[in-house]
This record gives sequence, C-alpha cells and structure tokens, in this order.
Amino acid sequence: MTTETHDIAVTVNGTVYERTVEARLLLSDFLRHDLLLAGTHVGCEHGVCGACTILFDGAAVRSCLMFAAQADGHNIETVEGLAPDTEHLHPLQEAMRDCHGLQCGYCTPGILMTMKAFLEETQAPDEAQVREALSGNLCRCTGYQHIVDAVLLAAERLRRPPE
Amino acid sequence: MTTRAFGAPVTRNEDARLLSGRALFVDDVELPGMLYAAFLRSNVAHARIKAIDVSAARAREGVVAVYTADDLGDYWAPGPLLVPPPPIKGITFNQRTQVPLAKDKVRHVGEPLAVVLAESRYVAEDALADIAVDLDPLPAVVDLEKALADTSACVHDGVRGNLAAHVRQSRGNYTAARARADRIISRRFFYDHGASSPIETRGIVACWDARANRLTIWDTTQAPVFLRNGLAGMLGLSERQVRVIAPFVGGGFGPKIMLFYPEEVVIPWAAKKLDRPVKWIEDRLEHFFATTHERGQIHDAEIALSAEGRILGVKDTFLHDTGAYNPYGLTVPINSQCTLLGPYVIPNYDSTFRAVFTNKPIVTPYRGAGRQHGVFVIERLLDIAARELNIDRAEIRRCNLIPPEAFPYDNEIIYQDFAPLSYDSGNYGPILEKALDMVGYRHFLAEEQPRLRAQGRHVGIGVVCYVEGTGIGPYEGAKVQVQSNGKVSVATGIGTQGQGHFTVFAQVAADQLGVSVRDIDIVTGDTDQFYWGAGTFASRGAVVAGNAVNEAAKVVRQKILRLAAEHFECAEEDLEIADGKVTVVGVPGQSVKLGELALKANPMRGAVRPGTEPGLESTQYFGPPSGATASGVHAMIVEVDPQTFTLEVLKYVVVHDCGTVINPLILAGQIHGGVTQGVGNAFYEQLVFDEEGQLLNASLADYLLPTALEAPRMQIGHTVTVSPLNPLGVKGAGEAGAIPVGPLFAQAIEDALGLTEWKIELNEIPLSPARLFELTSRRQ
Repeated sequence: MTTETHDIAVTVNGTVYERTVEARLLLSDFLRHDLLLAGTHVGCEHGVCGACTILFDGAAVRSCLMFAAQADGHNIETVEGLAPDTEHLHPLQEAMRDCHGLQCGYCTPGILMTMKAFLEETQAPDEAQVREALSGNLCRCTGYQHIVDAVLLAAERLRRPPE
Repeated sequence: MTTRAFGAPVTRNEDARLLSGRALFVDDVELPGMLYAAFLRSNVAHARIKAIDVSAARAREGVVAVYTADDLGDYWAPGPLLVPPPPIKGITFNQRTQVPLAKDKVRHVGEPLAVVLAESRYVAEDALADIAVDLDPLPAVVDLEKALADTSACVHDGVRGNLAAHVRQSRGNYTAARARADRIISRRFFYDHGASSPIETRGIVACWDARANRLTIWDTTQAPVFLRNGLAGMLGLSERQVRVIAPFVGGGFGPKIMLFYPEEVVIPWAAKKLDRPVKWIEDRLEHFFATTHERGQIHDAEIALSAEGRILGVKDTFLHDTGAYNPYGLTVPINSQCTLLGPYVIPNYDSTFRAVFTNKPIVTPYRGAGRQHGVFVIERLLDIAARELNIDRAEIRRCNLIPPEAFPYDNEIIYQDFAPLSYDSGNYGPILEKALDMVGYRHFLAEEQPRLRAQGRHVGIGVVCYVEGTGIGPYEGAKVQVQSNGKVSVATGIGTQGQGHFTVFAQVAADQLGVSVRDIDIVTGDTDQFYWGAGTFASRGAVVAGNAVNEAAKVVRQKILRLAAEHFECAEEDLEIADGKVTVVGVPGQSVKLGELALKANPMRGAVRPGTEPGLESTQYFGPPSGATASGVHAMIVEVDPQTFTLEVLKYVVVHDCGTVINPLILAGQIHGGVTQGVGNAFYEQLVFDEEGQLLNASLADYLLPTALEAPRMQIGHTVTVSPLNPLGVKGAGEAGAIPVGPLFAQAIEDALGLTEWKIELNEIPLSPARLFELTSRRQ
C-alpha cells in the first residue's frame, strides 16, 4: 500500500495550515479530523448530498470529492468561518434561525456554504432560483420550505442591511 | 408580565450552535489513542460460512486487531427482542434476532462477518481486502409469496415457510356485514416504504476508562437509556458504569431507535478489550444494508358498502416483509393493521397478516412505521368505492367519519402499545372541510379542471384522511433544576434528532418558572444527566417527555414560592414569578432573583428542618394510559406531463389536529419534512432488490431523495381537539406529514391522467415516471 505523502499549505478561514498528508486523504477528512474543523459534515462520500460543501477559492465545492493535497496553495472557507462565535451570526445564519430552516442541523453547514456562494452571484433571487440552487443539497428533515424562505429573507436583508 | 412562551412560534435555542458548526455530532468526538473500525460485510444474501481467514489482515501494518464471531466467545449472542408481541389471542411469533457477527450463516447482504481495528479508518478499510472469506451460497429468499411455500429455502433453519408471525384481529362480524352489503370491492395492493436515509449515517464511539472503571459511549441512537442498560448487561457491568451520550444526532426517523445493531455490540466490547477508544462511522454504502429499512406489504383487501357509501366492513389479508431478523417484533405490521381503520366508522373488521423472513436487511419502524401501508389500503378502497357508487370522493369520506360525540372511540382491537386501540378525542369533519376549502376542491372540480382539460392539460386533485396513534407509553421523566446563575436546567432521558426539544421543553418550563426560553438549558440523551426513560419514537417526545417537564416545573415553581415566602415573610399568594425573579405583588423593589433563591436552597452551614430537600429541583415522570390519536387531511392538485410522467404539484394542503400546539413554527417544520419524505416514498424512492437479494441502487445517486425541486410548497391549517390523556392536551405530530402521501399521489395522478376511463387503477406505491409509463401503456 502506498504511503505517498505531500507537504501542503492551505488557508482555511484565513489561517494558514502547513501539514504533511497522505495522497489519498480526502479534503473532508483533512478538514474534520486533521484540522478539527468538524463543522463541515460528511453525508455520503460520493458527492450527492452536499453536506460537505465548502468554498474553495470562493466556489462551492464538495470536499468529499477532493483530496487534501489538491488544496495545496488554495483558500478555503468552512462554516466555522461564517461566524466568529454563536453570538454573531452571518445574516444567512440568522435568517435560517428566524425561519426555522434547520432541524437536525446536519446538512446545514453545506447548505450555508452553497447559499453563501449563490447569494453572492444572485442578489435578488426568486423562489424558483433558490430551489434550483438548493437542489444539490439534500435535507431529510425540513422539506426545504423553511430553507427557501430563509434564503429569500437573507437575500432581502443583505440587499438592505439594517441601519 | 412576561409573554406566554407556550404556543408561540419561538425560534430555537439549539440553532446558534448548529448553524455555526459548533454542535457535537458523534463523528466529531476525537480522543487520544483512538482506533478506527471497519466491518467486513457479506456480499451475498444467503450463504453458509465455510471459512474466514483474517491472518493477512492481522499482519498489516497499522492493524491492531481483527475479530470474527469466534473471537467474541461467550459474548456472542443474538440480540434481545425489543418489542414482544402484543397480547393478541391465537398469535404465532417466531423470534429470530440479529447477531453481532455472522456465525455459520449469513442472511442478508451487508451482514457483518468480521471487524478490523486499526490506527486509521483508511488502514482499516485496506485490511478488509486482506480477509479471505469462503461462502457457500444458498438460494436467496426474496419474494414474499414464494417465501411462504414449503419448497422455499429457509432464512432460519427450523422456520419452515419463513413464517415470522401470523396475527388475526377482528371486530364485529365481517361475513354477516358482507352478506347484507350492496357493493363488495376487492383489490390487491402493494405498498413499499423505503430507507429513512438521515443525512448523518449511524456511528458509535466507545471509550473504556480503566481508572474510573467506566465505559462512555457516544452513539447516534434514539434510545440512549435502553442502550446503556443493554450494554451493561452484555458486558457484565452495572448500569452506573456505563454512560451513553446521544449528542446532536443528524436525523433519525426510526431506524436509530433500533438496537442493538451489531456495531453497537462489537465496538464497546473491542474498546474495553483493547483498552483504547474506538470509533466506527457508517458510510453511505453500508447504511443501505446495515441500517434497518421499512419495506413492502402485499394486501388482499375487500370492502363491503351500502348503496349510499356507508362502510359496513373491511376484510384484509396481508404479507409483511420483516427481513432477515425480527428484533422489533410486530410494531410495523400491527400499525398497518390498526391504522387501516383511519378516522372512519368500520363496524366489522377482519384483518390477518403473516410476517415473512426474507434474505434482506431487517425491517423496523421508519417514520409512519407501517401506518402508511394501512392508510393506502383504506383510502384506495374508498376511491374505488366512490367511483363505483358514483359518490364524490370527499363525500364518501365525510359520511363515514367517526362523529365527534363518539369519542373516546373504541376500535376493539389491540394497538402496538398493547393497549386497546381507542381514539382519545377528535373532531374530523371540520378538518376535512377546512382542507377542501383551502385546496379549493369544489371550485377545482366544477370549473378549474374542465377549463384546464380543455387546454389539453392533465391536472388532477386528491384528498385523503388519516389518523396517527402518537404519544404512547410507557413513560418519560424530567429533572428541572434552578441554577445559581439564575438559568434553569432541564434534563430528560430521550434523545434528540432535530425535533426542537431544546426549545419546546423550554417553552413548557418557561411559563411555569417565569424565565425566558433562552435561559433554559435542555439536556437530552445523556444517561449521566438523566437516568431513566424509553426513547424518541412514535411521535411521543413532546407528549410524554413534554408533560414530564411540565410536572417537574410545577413542583419547582411550588418550591420557589415556598422559599420566597419564607424569605419575604409573606404569603405565597402575594408573590409573582416573572423575568427570572420573585416579586412581592404591589411592593416595588421587593424581589429576589431565582439564582439567589437557588443558592439559599442549598445552605452550607446551620440546621435545616427535617424533610428539607436541597436545591430548587424536582424530578417527575409522566406515563399516559394510552396513546393520543392525532388526525389530519392532505389535499393536492397535481399536473402530470403525459409524455414524460413528471409531476408538478400545483397546490399541497395539510390540515392537522395534534391537540394543543406548543410551537407552530416547529410543528410546521415537522409537517413539511414528513410530507417531503412521503413524496419521496410515493414517487421517487424505492429499494430495488434482484432475485439474489442484491440491492441494486445503494447510493444516493440511484436511491432518489426529494430535493428542493421535488418538494412542493405546502400550506398548513390547524384545528385543535385537546387530548384528555395529558395535562398539556398535546398529541404527537412527528409522523403525520409522511403517512397519507402515497394514496394522495395515486388518487390525484389517476384523476390528472383520467386513468379510470381506461379502467387503470394505481394500486401500488411507489410510483415513478417509468412505472406510470408501464401502467398506462395499454391506454393506446
């Protein structure tokens, strides 16, 4: 069995991490178990459920479909980067709370990261656009309706920040 | 005066942690020196085990141990029967429960044969490939009807015809009712439920602390207390030596109430034996085989009616696929048998089922827990009856509803909780009326549908009724404790998987104790925090644990008032509790904070009166005499593309009565999620097995969970009929959304495509575009 390793330097939520990783180590496992950023969740390990979605150089990608070594020199944002603590939530997180957009909360980090990227591209989405953008993230609890409501509310709040 | 928290759409206490990625799930537990487990699973459904050679795996660098059934020694034993059969006369039940690691024989694909413990999960999985297994395949038992034949292979040696159970329940005299009926309708129905597929798979971490002589388990279970008790027994420990923590759990929906899964038996044993923490996290492929399903039933059902559409009786005979083992007893088929009766007066009922062992994964309750199957049968029978008797579909339902004056209504058969199936309260007519109103039933049929049909559109409507037995016993408890910082701690034994317990239990306690919901800290699923309880199942958390919280909070309220009265030297009646403090009414400035009283209630010096209990705390238990029956109606307008058979749900309405509502926001979420799982069950999800017992679609790319594009926007209405069985008047709501969606889809799609003109009936679930194409191809 190969034990080929790579030395990598990855920026995650603004912090540079230098590590030696096995070539086969998944980026999702690297984030969760090496960097202990366990907010990124793993639901299927075959790129369907979207729970492990992170922002990779600003784009929403599935961290279970990448190797840690591929992140060398890149910039990653995870759910832990959205809010400094539980008292200061991102407007998207606040809207999710206000609209009851989560139940068990397991798929939530992936949905937040997907929607963050979406709302940066689409500032005034309609419901159909939100549903289309959400369709790569599986949620088994909510039936999506409150998530859709939350994303629409967050878009509105982000367009018109409170005075 | 504080606003009442109970009944308000309060946002959730737990959300900030979950949203910021700071909530603990099982796979987030990291311990020094941890080992990682991977299981070798059978790749055939039915075989004798000739040999398992693990020597090469043991020799691999990084592997610490490899175990097979033989290594478990006396620890190896079949699991317990979790739910014994109810006391029904003449019942047959053949108990065969799952084993920790297969010995002699494998009985379904995915049954574990060996476990590898290694320094990393990657190495553990490498080592699985080193294990040589010699299996001698046997014919797989897959088809339910063939399984019952004398000539069939036997899943369990000694259980001929693979008969797991045979149960008959009846009321009245169906034969006599049939003899005087104007119309008899008989049909065969297939209803297949699926995999609950929580986004978090199962997992367990076990840590043996040799110094403390204690075992700590983090597990994705819905039943931490039972898990602790069972593991203590198996490992020869006392319950106090085992702590089970069900931290945040990423969805359950039923299969996480099942225990003891083989991994739950093997991992704690290995952790103790090796004296190192061990983690096992199920991967998605494993989940499709190693976590229990709910699957198919075949019903041969008959309904006898008067010419006016009154139900005189129903006879039903069905087969139930229980999978390779039956640790959960008869809960699922009993629910099917009982819930078929629905909200209707069915004076004569004769129902018989046989549960059948097959070489497929185990069947245990999944949200709805067999209720769907029964509801499908009665609702489809009523649709067919309406057509044959030329009665409106809503009217045939309305005229058979149990009238409000008939409650409590005794169905004269036994329910899953061993109690008589008696509906505590209900008022079904207004629910149906409201749903018809909200969906625009009469307007649609009279005007919209003809207009849209004239445009060539295939648009149909459906309306279905159901009841849900919820909130069953035995009991739950809660400990309510005022902390010296003024916050209130509430601990209960149930586990939580997203239901909002951290908020609804806080709402219950907040009004009693005059504190903000945000100042109430709920602990669920930690056996060191609360010792007793049964678990989260059967839509019972809010009903049973919620009432326990209420009882405990009431006692604490009395303690607060008594202590404050002593403090102020006044009468308790002169005191008011609000905003976290006790105030003497009408005397400004005369107040004491709850935290100060909590400190005062725990004196460190001096004498107390005999009988004094320290602290402002109370532990109380609540056990209802029987379940509270919730009810509802779903209605939908759907458009079907006649070429591709894709659906667009134009309107989806749920009207629901679950008694007093604690939190309408959370209730709506429960219903939305349930409906969407129902939509998956009705039209997208199906576990497809071949004749060899191989599951052909074991990935989320092939087993299709609804996405935001398939989930309809839902409108929800409520009616409230309080339950007389508990002080809060609540009924459960967790499963209601999921239960009636199958027959609703069948009815509305039939209507949209005008299938009855072609004498085509949709008497099976799940449907799909491909299946609709097959079923309707004889139209041309």
